[in-house]
Amino acid sequence: MGIEPVDVLLAGLGAIALGAGVLVVSTRHIVRAGLWLVVTLGATAGLYLVLTAELVAWVQVLLYVGAVVVLLLFAVMLTRAPIGASDDLDRPRWAGLLIGGGAGLGLAALLVDAYRWSRVESPRTGTGAEQIGAEVFRTWVLPFEVLSVLLLAALIGAIVISRPDIGSRPDNRSEIGRQESRRES
Amino acid sequence: MPVWAELLIRVVAVLVAFLTLPLIIGQAEHKVMAHMQGRLGPMYAGAFHGWAQLVADGIKFVQKEDVTPREADRAVFRLAPIVSLLPYLLVLLVIPLGPHGLVAQPLDIGLFFVLAVVGIGVVSVLMAAWSSANKYALLGGLRAAAQLLGYELPFVLAAASVAMAAGSLSLSEIVRAWQPWWLLWQLPAMLIFFTAGLAEIRRPPFDMPIAESELVFGYMTEYTGLRFAFFLLAEYVGILVIAALTTVLFLGGWRGPFDDAHLGWLWTLLKIFAVAFVIIWIRVSYPRLREDQLQRLCWLVLVPLALAQLLLTAAVKLAL
Repeated sequence: MGIEPVDVLLAGLGAIALGAGVLVVSTRHIVRAGLWLVVTLGATAGLYLVLTAELVAWVQVLLYVGAVVVLLLFAVMLTRAPIGASDDLDRPRWAGLLIGGGAGLGLAALLVDAYRWSRVESPRTGTGAEQIGAEVFRTWVLPFEVLSVLLLAALIGAIVISRPDIGSRPDNRSEIGRQESRRES
Repeated sequence: MPVWAELLIRVVAVLVAFLTLPLIIGQAEHKVMAHMQGRLGPMYAGAFHGWAQLVADGIKFVQKEDVTPREADRAVFRLAPIVSLLPYLLVLLVIPLGPHGLVAQPLDIGLFFVLAVVGIGVVSVLMAAWSSANKYALLGGLRAAAQLLGYELPFVLAAASVAMAAGSLSLSEIVRAWQPWWLLWQLPAMLIFFTAGLAEIRRPPFDMPIAESELVFGYMTEYTGLRFAFFLLAEYVGILVIAALTTVLFLGGWRGPFDDAHLGWLWTLLKIFAVAFVIIWIRVSYPRLREDQLQRLCWLVLVPLALAQLLLTAAVKLAL
């Protein structure tokens, strides 16, 4: 079992993902942290690609790089996004190191122990789109639907929180109405 | 032919297309706008039908000083124009020009790949907007991000409709499954996709992020010279990509009146340029949408319409 090009690619992409990930939490430039997150998630998508999970890789790019990080950057730029280093960042350094490092090491140990040196052949045919579709809508259809209900609940919650004029409690609403009438008078 | 030689030919072909087709579209835009609005430069430059206009523009951009604002985040500022070009270059790899594998890199989930990669473009806009250290640039960038995030939804839903109809995510398979009556069946999806596509590449009437009358030039305000030219090039490649995707998904790609097997590439190119012409035509015809109108159109018109089209597609697909 020699070193194949796939192994080199995996190691390289893994190193990029890890390095950029460390930069995300260690850089003092807030927006740059978000941009380093793009690199991390991109490298992770690359890892999926090397492992022939093509669909998962592009889902990663579409959802995480294209939507989640963009939303994150958007929110940061809306609030406070200074150019250059911010010295007043509140970072629980040791707690973060402990939790992050502990979780990482623990998961790594668990995975190494679970698989040892057993080889798992990656599927050579297909992109996984059909298999994933069949699995999700046959075997896993119930969790899938439950998840969508959860997302719907989150969506409605977000609307209720961001729109005080359609708030949940009547007394709450009258309070806002009173404030508004005060402002008008 | 060895594998590497074939690969080399394919990559070089895509690079050539990447470097020439957007310039043709750029020149076409100059000419079309000149005729529609009575602009003089593109009529006379270089004596023969204004052929030298684009060349003159290029020389002008090369000569301009490359300015980076003092307060800017230099690394991000310099990287942004390149990041804006990269996604479109990747998309060109999977667009089929003709039948029998006349595509640089056939992908089974080509459509999904295209949607994912086009979505990266917004990162470059945010990079440019923030790193410029300019309030107009930042405002433009925020507008662009809100616009791109919103219009991504109808864009993806409309593309999903055609993928459902064809039963495949491969762009070549979609063209193969395409039937002329789809022009009617998928017409709403096509209009939604085209409109959302215009918004994705921030072309007028969806150029609120740039809006030169209020934001100077939006997120491109601080860019000069070649870097600015890169953004312009990205815009023209964007036109090419949106036109090509509309062609491949909704207009039957290489399917033409006769001899698809040999002239397929010609039909594809003709359709792409026809759609590109419409994009330019819309630019000179319609006024810019205001920010609230733009969001309203997306969330209250395009998204519900796209969902209705998905229902229609599913119903027809089940009935057949």
